[in-house]
Amino acid sequence: MTTDAVNKKRPQKTGGVLLEFFGSMNLAITLLVTVGIASIVGTVLKQNEPYQNYISKFGPFWFEVFNSLGLYDVYSAVWFLLILTILVLSTSTCIYRNAPLMLHDMRSYRLGVRFNSLNAFHCRREWRLQASSDALVGRLMPVLEAFGYRVRSKGYEDHLVVAAKKGAINRLGYIFTHSAIVIICIGGLVDGNLLLKWKAFSGDIKIETRDIPASQVPQESRLPVGNPSFRGSVNIPEGSSANIAFLNLRDGYLVQPLPFSVDVQDFRVEHYSSGPPESFESDLLIHDPQAAAPVEATIAVNHPLIYKGYAIYQASFSDGGSKLDLRLWPLLGSDAVPEDVNGAVFEDIDFETSMGPLTLELINFRLFNINPVMQEGTGKKFRNFGPNFSFKLRNELGEAIEYENYMLPVDMEGRQYFLSGVRRTPAEPFQYLYIPVDPDGGIERFMQFNTRLHDLERIMATARGTAGQSVSPTQIGNETFVDELTESMARLVTLFTAKGFDGVVEQVDASAPEAERASVLDAYLKVLQTMLASLYTELLADNGVDLSQGISERDGNFFDDAINAIGAVGNYGAPFYIQLKSFEHIQSTGLQIARAPGKTLVYLGFTLLIAGVFCMFYVSASRLWCWIDEDDGQTRILIGGTGMRHKRDFGKEFARLEGVLDEQFRKF
Amino acid sequence: MAVTREEMLDSYRRPSFWQTLTAVDWLWAVLVLSGSGYVFMRYGAVMDVYEISIMAGVTAALAGTGWLWKPVRTLSVCVATLTLFALWRYGGTLANQETDFFLKYMLASQSAIMWMSALYVMATVAYFGALFARSEFTGKVATAMTWSATTMGIVGLLVRWRESYLISPDVGHVPVSNLYEVFVLFSIITALIYLFYEGRYRTRELGGFVLLVISSAVAFLLWYAFTRNAAEIQPLVPALQSYWMKIHVPANFIGYGSFALAAMIGVAFLLTGKFAFFAQRMPSQDLLEDVMYKSIALGFAFFTLATILGALWAAEAWGGYWSWDPKETWALIVWLNYAAWLHMRLTRGWNGAPMAWWAVIGLFVTLFAFLGVNMFLSGLHSYGEL
Ligand code: HEM
Repeated sequence: MTTDAVNKKRPQKTGGVLLEFFGSMNLAITLLVTVGIASIVGTVLKQNEPYQNYISKFGPFWFEVFNSLGLYDVYSAVWFLLILTILVLSTSTCIYRNAPLMLHDMRSYRLGVRFNSLNAFHCRREWRLQASSDALVGRLMPVLEAFGYRVRSKGYEDHLVVAAKKGAINRLGYIFTHSAIVIICIGGLVDGNLLLKWKAFSGDIKIETRDIPASQVPQESRLPVGNPSFRGSVNIPEGSSANIAFLNLRDGYLVQPLPFSVDVQDFRVEHYSSGPPESFESDLLIHDPQAAAPVEATIAVNHPLIYKGYAIYQASFSDGGSKLDLRLWPLLGSDAVPEDVNGAVFEDIDFETSMGPLTLELINFRLFNINPVMQEGTGKKFRNFGPNFSFKLRNELGEAIEYENYMLPVDMEGRQYFLSGVRRTPAEPFQYLYIPVDPDGGIERFMQFNTRLHDLERIMATARGTAGQSVSPTQIGNETFVDELTESMARLVTLFTAKGFDGVVEQVDASAPEAERASVLDAYLKVLQTMLASLYTELLADNGVDLSQGISERDGNFFDDAINAIGAVGNYGAPFYIQLKSFEHIQSTGLQIARAPGKTLVYLGFTLLIAGVFCMFYVSASRLWCWIDEDDGQTRILIGGTGMRHKRDFGKEFARLEGVLDEQFRKF
Repeated sequence: MAVTREEMLDSYRRPSFWQTLTAVDWLWAVLVLSGSGYVFMRYGAVMDVYEISIMAGVTAALAGTGWLWKPVRTLSVCVATLTLFALWRYGGTLANQETDFFLKYMLASQSAIMWMSALYVMATVAYFGALFARSEFTGKVATAMTWSATTMGIVGLLVRWRESYLISPDVGHVPVSNLYEVFVLFSIITALIYLFYEGRYRTRELGGFVLLVISSAVAFLLWYAFTRNAAEIQPLVPALQSYWMKIHVPANFIGYGSFALAAMIGVAFLLTGKFAFFAQRMPSQDLLEDVMYKSIALGFAFFTLATILGALWAAEAWGGYWSWDPKETWALIVWLNYAAWLHMRLTRGWNGAPMAWWAVIGLFVTLFAFLGVNMFLSGLHSYGEL
């Protein structure tokens, strides 16, 4: 018998304990604060980056630790979802326990109030009058009603209670807000695609991490067409179409086939006259096998297309494989002629070069490059540098250097340059090579000059000429001396073309005693300068430039700029400079495609939340009770009341009520 | 009995809201209505249905606010007069701001905002002066300065709105789109909420504390304007070209403003509890707590609204109502923080110093959501990067 009783009671008890636990206010507040703190983690640590970035940031050990804590995608981490679930459970429990009470409370007048509890109110007042209780109630009720209360009265054996209340829908506020939380979280969890995440977690779905064409992605990384809720993205070049979207998940992706295909007709970026982009738009054609005709639509940022519950958004844009006509100008040889090559962005081209086999990987083309330029006084200004393209040169070992070349000359403080940016890792900023533009607006003169500086024979000839002139009379005829001088002058030029001015400085540092370094360097630089100038003058003369008036300022500037650029060529890392001759711009639009059936639920929750919050804060609920009985042969009336959220304001109202009642009761 | 039940009801019933409206109130409504009617007649052709509904909403809100809180009318009339005067001086030529005396020194948006800044700072000093010297007159001056600063601030924003269109019609936009503009908005809204409570509770003692926050905002604003050239009107990036912005941002700033106000009342509360000097001068702690609660409740309500509007906007612009973007997440954190505060007060009956401290800490959480996110974290909310 005893065991039976225990067994019977147990379930009830555990239920009660659970209810107690989940419904507790302490838990609720702890959860609110915990969700808050957990959310901070996700904002401090950048989410959903490529795993490689995390590894290089934290090192392999901490990378693993953070990974197992789910910190790279906090908001889908098991523990985070668990906290949210507990919050939902807790709030539901809270509603389950409180809502019936509150609904009852809204309707109830609580006529069974006790004298003592009335007497405990902060706002209370007692009168003793010579009047029948009926007469009192007759006076009292209309006044209370005039104050906006709903009133009920009830007679007991020895006393009479009049109870009044107003603003009861304040209570609905509680029910609305708390149900709203539950509804929003459920809607959010539906759209958060728990099932999918669970399957990926348990291995039913395999996350694809390889960079392969979508058509080769195996079946186990593909989702069913009718998948009710997802949010994916896809890049579609102009003139192409796609019928899939990619869902990024952890360190890989899944493929979501669509029941229609999206054909991108055109993508446009409009610019404000001052430069920044004004709009991004895509003209789409939706081909749906179930529809009679394709659906035409233009989408833009803030203006998505909703098609059969699939929402298609303009999210980003990129290059779609622009065709580029390139000219390769050799930088290192003496007899090289430029070579023309056709390529397209995302294409790889292999070359045999003086630096061994190299792969040219074309990675991007950009039509507009609005760059900040600092201007005196006015601060930052923006200027369009025109089209550029970027590429990598990868050697046999797989090492790559990244470049970014501008097509058009860029004006810097009145002089014009072709800019070519170089960097060895993506983390660095680009270092620029400034190739001066020749008077014809081209790059030819620079390239000729550069080639000549790599032509040892020519350098020797020039050096011999220069050496002959600078030899002192006593040494005329000293052939070995002239030879040595010529040779060392030529070596200086070669050193310079290979390593720039830094190379010369290094050489001096290595060979001259410390005390003489400054003077030796000075001498070296003078010689070098003379050599370079002679070579340059020869070039000008060969090109038919009239030098009878000396070198023009413009040609002089060109020389300075060319020397600076050639000094840097040694560090440029590429055997050629690639000039963009012309291009055909093909863009690709980045679409986000989403299906969110939970949205309706979430929006319902939003409505309830707003309604609830305003009910709670701006409908003031108050209650009054009047206790009327006989005491010492007089009628005693005690009125007490409370305003639930607004004690101060209620105090004022109570004072006004007292005044009115004083006046009413005076007539007795 | 001589008095009938009906007569009695009539004499004690609080007159219904509509019955309390006087002829002046109706005149006010007519004025507001004709003002917005005029705007509609001029610009109705270029407004879309959302803009028309927003304007209708603003009209109703302005008329209603003017009924409930009378000083708003004087404010509106001053603002309207000054703004119209400025627009008239502009007469369609932006360059007039360099040559016209009134524009250059008073009413061009940047000048007006400079006046606003100066007046708020002076008001802060005056409020504290009034508090220390217990000078009623200084207090009145402080109030007048705060009203004037607010007037100039609103004029500054409205004129700026027009200026953006004078630059070029496609650049034109409501001035709530970058950090400079929202700082002005923040100052104005915080001041207005404060002024409301000042009138309601007939107390000027809190002024200095609240204006301290506004002065800090002003200091930031000036630093930002001078070092980053932030006052320049920039065209809107595509993501911000949405009618949602027009309601999302102001709703947010009612939230931020109220939270800032609550925090400063928290500071006042703590000082009052600690130092007799303040206890003798400040209103009762009871009142402080009440205003603090009301302010947080107001902020919470509008912040909820703003966050929801933000979610609706995100659904339209980015394809999801919630993306756990840092700004969104911090809005959630702020919201949870104040939800916890409200729970503590309402269900646990917490009060006194802990709640005041919490309100002060809340300001830092809010500040991070407002500024810190833009400064330290990157995300989709790209407006107003530092
Ligand atoms: C998790 C379990 C929760 C419990 C047990 C709980 C419990 C309560 C209770 C008992 C009240 C007072 C109702 C009254 O007396 O009128 C209340 C009020 C309130 N709750 Fe919750 N709540 C929970 C979660 C939440 C959540 C997640 C939010 C939203 C962030 C929330 C927001 C509010 C608000 C704003 C009030 C207003 C206070 C008022 O004016 O009454 N609650 N809550």
